[in-house]
Amino acid sequence: MNVSFQFDKLSKKFPARKGALSLSKFEVSAVKTVSLKIKQGETFGLVGESGCGKSTLAKMLVGLLKPTSGKIEIDGKIFDKSEPKIFGKKIQYVFQDPISSLNPRKTIRQIMEAPLKNLHGMKRPDRDSRIKELFEAVNLRLDFLDRHPHEFSGGQAQRIGIARALAAEPKILVLDEPVSALDVSIQAQVLNLLEELKEKFGLTYFFISHDLSVVEAVSDRVAVMYFGSIVEVGTAEEIFSKPKHPYTKLLADSAPIIGKPLTLNENSGYELPDIMNPPKGCAFRDRCIFAKKLCSQKTPIFKKVKNGSAVSCHNPIN
Amino acid sequence: MALFARSQLAFIGLIILSLILILAILTPWLPLNDPNVIDTSNRFKRPFSEDSILGTDHLGRDLLSRLLWGTRLSIAVGLCAAIIAAFIGSAIGVIAGFYGGHTDNIIMRGVDMLMAFPYILLALAIVAALGPGLMNALIAVAIVNIPFFARNIRGVTLGIVHREFVDAARLSGMSNAKIIINEILPNVFPVIVVAMSTTVGWMILETAGLSFLGLGSQPPQADLGSMLGEARAAIITSPHTSVVPGVMILIIVMAINLVGDGIRDVLDPRLKSGALSTPRSTTEVAKNKSDAGLKTQTLLSINGLKTEFRIGNRILKAVNDVSLTVDKGQCVGIIGESGSGKSVTALSIMRLVSSPPGIITDGSIDFKGDDLLKLSSEDLRDFRGKKVSYVFQDPLSTLHPLYTVGQQLSEAIQSHNHVGKLEKHKKALELLQAVRISNPEKRLNSYPHELSGGMRQRIGIAMALANDPDIIIADEPTTALDVTVQAQILKLFQDLRREKGLALVFITHDFGVISQICDKVAVMYAGKIVETGPAAEILKSPAHPYTARLKSCVPELGQGKRNLIAIPGFPPMIDNMPSGCAFASRCEKVKQNCQSAMVDVKKIGQERAVRCLFPEEIKAG
Amino acid sequence: MIAYIIKRLLSAIPVLLGISVIVFIIMALIPGDPATAILGSFATPENVEKLNRDLGLDKPMIQRYFIWLGNMLQGDFGRSFSLNKDVLDEISERFGATLVLAGVSFVLCSILGVVAGVLSASRQFGITDKLITLSVLIGISIPSFFLGMMMILFFSVQLRWFPVSGMWPIYGARDLSALLSHLFLPALALSVVATGVIARLSRSAMLEVLRQDFIRTARAKGLSEARVIWRHALKAAMVSVIPVLGVQAGFVLSGAVYIEMVFQWPGVGRMLVEAILKRDILLVQGGVVFVAACYVMFNIVVDIIQSLLDPRIKT
Repeated sequence: MNVSFQFDKLSKKFPARKGALSLSKFEVSAVKTVSLKIKQGETFGLVGESGCGKSTLAKMLVGLLKPTSGKIEIDGKIFDKSEPKIFGKKIQYVFQDPISSLNPRKTIRQIMEAPLKNLHGMKRPDRDSRIKELFEAVNLRLDFLDRHPHEFSGGQAQRIGIARALAAEPKILVLDEPVSALDVSIQAQVLNLLEELKEKFGLTYFFISHDLSVVEAVSDRVAVMYFGSIVEVGTAEEIFSKPKHPYTKLLADSAPIIGKPLTLNENSGYELPDIMNPPKGCAFRDRCIFAKKLCSQKTPIFKKVKNGSAVSCHNPIN
Repeated sequence: MALFARSQLAFIGLIILSLILILAILTPWLPLNDPNVIDTSNRFKRPFSEDSILGTDHLGRDLLSRLLWGTRLSIAVGLCAAIIAAFIGSAIGVIAGFYGGHTDNIIMRGVDMLMAFPYILLALAIVAALGPGLMNALIAVAIVNIPFFARNIRGVTLGIVHREFVDAARLSGMSNAKIIINEILPNVFPVIVVAMSTTVGWMILETAGLSFLGLGSQPPQADLGSMLGEARAAIITSPHTSVVPGVMILIIVMAINLVGDGIRDVLDPRLKSGALSTPRSTTEVAKNKSDAGLKTQTLLSINGLKTEFRIGNRILKAVNDVSLTVDKGQCVGIIGESGSGKSVTALSIMRLVSSPPGIITDGSIDFKGDDLLKLSSEDLRDFRGKKVSYVFQDPLSTLHPLYTVGQQLSEAIQSHNHVGKLEKHKKALELLQAVRISNPEKRLNSYPHELSGGMRQRIGIAMALANDPDIIIADEPTTALDVTVQAQILKLFQDLRREKGLALVFITHDFGVISQICDKVAVMYAGKIVETGPAAEILKSPAHPYTARLKSCVPELGQGKRNLIAIPGFPPMIDNMPSGCAFASRCEKVKQNCQSAMVDVKKIGQERAVRCLFPEEIKAG
Repeated sequence: MIAYIIKRLLSAIPVLLGISVIVFIIMALIPGDPATAILGSFATPENVEKLNRDLGLDKPMIQRYFIWLGNMLQGDFGRSFSLNKDVLDEISERFGATLVLAGVSFVLCSILGVVAGVLSASRQFGITDKLITLSVLIGISIPSFFLGMMMILFFSVQLRWFPVSGMWPIYGARDLSALLSHLFLPALALSVVATGVIARLSRSAMLEVLRQDFIRTARAKGLSEARVIWRHALKAAMVSVIPVLGVQAGFVLSGAVYIEMVFQWPGVGRMLVEAILKRDILLVQGGVVFVAACYVMFNIVVDIIQSLLDPRIKT
């Protein structure tokens, strides 16, 4: 299978200050050296809870944030200038909140024309036919074009967002919590639509969510992120049913499933480590029931395990 | 209706202002006496004397004519100053806000320096340097007001620059200049208009003030300020020379302010949704509601509840005939999507629905023998936080940001028990321990923003437990939390129920959560309950088509990659409900009867009920 | 906490320097030779030469600035030619009067404004709200100097309840009651505009706060409505009102200039206006820098109070 895009040792640090008077420069690591290869045509899911760095990673992938280190390669070409204009034709972004990702003072037509004008320099007649094509693909009526964003429901607005992302003719879509803000019954509609579009246009998806069951239902492979690092990668079928990293197991055990009673050991400490004071060794060790002495001394390395999975743990579950 | 009153005032202001503007523009062509002709033999003539309606000033000049010419000048100068200040200030603000970083820092340092002066000092210094004169006064006033616009517009720009649609514009390949013009400016423009409407009146006052002091318009040129200044010496003997220009200034500025208020109201979107009225402490209950109370033996019994929102001439029936019972120690879940009315139902129990625009129009809420809808505000307070407590969804916005956890907990205890400080402290610590917070002593002195989401929600629960309530109503308490934290909070709820025999009403949109902690569940759709019964049974074998479809379109962990069977169509608009079953248009089993008349609730066996003419078959076992 | 206070105090230094630079630049705009401008009608060639030497006025701009700044920091603000007095002496004599007038007005309008705003918000659309809104509208639209003049006409001349002008009686004891009777009208006239602005702001801040979720939580706890408004809502509203109080102090100070003129109050404002009309440049310069510096320090105090109120600021 071809590799659609990959990133190698990507990281992002933000400057911060410890205390009100200190002048010393201090950096906070939001994303710590992550590397992944995404296959052409697959849906690659990324799960993580708040503060794990998944949104920061997503913004780097489309050129909205400049990485502190590492490189991004799309279709074999290295993209090292963080300019959305350059990234825009290859890889596009679908936002979480559909209504706030649309400028409230513009008509839908103006919003749709922006990428066509700026990225492809299309003339009026070409633009009109392309918009028609896109709206048919996402199942929206053409008379929506003259309305404003606040007139639409969440589900409709999200379809407009998807159509806009597709207008740029990318080969890859980064979807950052695309259905989290939608009602459950609309979620299903949008997820089905996304699958349809993927087949039709031959796309590759990078699907980010905090909802495990949604990610499992749409992805081929899934990665789990914790405190800025990827701790496990595996196939969608196996990653939550046979987790290898203790955090993945914790996630899978916590998710409320119909028929499964509450069994969680409530005393497991739930605090994320302090980002201003990151712990030495594995970031999960304070919450991990399998932790060994080695875990507080050395940071584990990301290693491939059998059948395409990989895990970053000194003491993985077998 | 109050909205109309305000716009009436604005309309009056508009009329007055238009009249004045027309007069000012037409002044050169009006049949007036020459404003500059000095005629000392006729000085200080009273108003309404022959050939001068408003009298004459200390040099015998006709006041009416001077008034109109002065008005013309005052308005022109004020307007010019406003436009210059708005233009330069907004440009600075947009650039500072958009580019951020060093550009922002340097620009704002400069603006701060200017703002460090009380405005008149700066104006006086500029006039001192350039010399008295109307032009110089105009320049001074404009410069002095630039920081106001710069700061304001920068603030608004900062708010917009981080919005997602700006990122989206970048991704569409727009250059910075295009983004500023196409995305930022249209959103900033209304703010500029509002800011101008508040400052034009002010700038007229400021330029008039400088002229009053003799630093603005110089003789023979006269604006209203200098007219007032020259009349000062004769205030006791001929007050009309002061009153005339002074009252004119008052009228002009008042009219401008009224119009400005009107513009602000129009451009403020919240006004349209009726959200600008202060919610009262208790939801209003319609006087003519029926007396349908059924006295049952349950802890809480909601009967035929109807709550609606009246916005403008729209009526949104958020809760449209809901009946539900909760027994002692029972956990009842209410599940539905947004717009189903589940939150409004929960809030109606303690009459916390925002009123206006909310109003309870029918039904009764029976709690241990009292109809909560019949109680006065004062009596209801006895129940709130004592017999019935709430836990809300987003603890960051539901806890007071400026008081410590300890203070807020103590207050919860204090509101129903008068105990001493030591007692309160002890109880607060106990509560924190009950919700399993480690290091409770330290936590009491923390502020909400210093704590994590899970921690804050535990505090919320601790506050709800403060007075040993009989029932806790939890409105989506875990929706905003991470899944690992959610699991802990759910376990906490379960443990607390066991330990204290609490009843729990749990609002959620997640079937998994219902399965894990609820005994009974009610499914809501479009303001009505469509199905009730034991949670395990309904989840195994739902009777209502909506419940069945909803369950199958939610992905469940452990089923791998699959296509989801979506529900076609959209939820109905609750201000325009179709007749008959609200789900009919989306139901695959719909028949003709479904949409002709209201569907009643049918009992199925002992414990289940469903609102459907053709319910699903219940699978046994 | 102390760290924050020190930080704020230190941040005043660049602002004060900035003020001095701005005033210097403005004064440098005066056309012609600076020495002639300063000496005015006393500008004989010998005096001009002497002044040039004393103040270094013939040196380049940057040097002139530092000489001027150095002198000021040592307490030498120069000499006023129109009054034949040291500028700093004149300012310090008159500043007290302005401080009394502006200070009393500020306290008055802050308290009245906040109370009016809160009452107006909690009884929205009631008769109290309408009355207060109307009064506020007139208050912010009327020129304070006009109001002052009308007050003198009505209360001092017609009714003879108050003296017509000045801070102290010309003959008679200079005690507290004399001061109060002289202070009453000017302080009232001065407060009117600022009270209106503060009332408006408090009202909208309260309305905004009363719609927040934590107010609903307070009600759900069973707290009395009075407690909800005066302890919960007001504190949160004050967070947005207090910074504006700082700005309003500036307006009160500015308005004092007009009121001092109308009521013949012997303060710094009147001194500045007369100095401008007489083209007494050094007096203007010194007065502006002095008053501006005091205003900066006042704002620092407001910031510190703000941080005491809002714990989110320290972090």
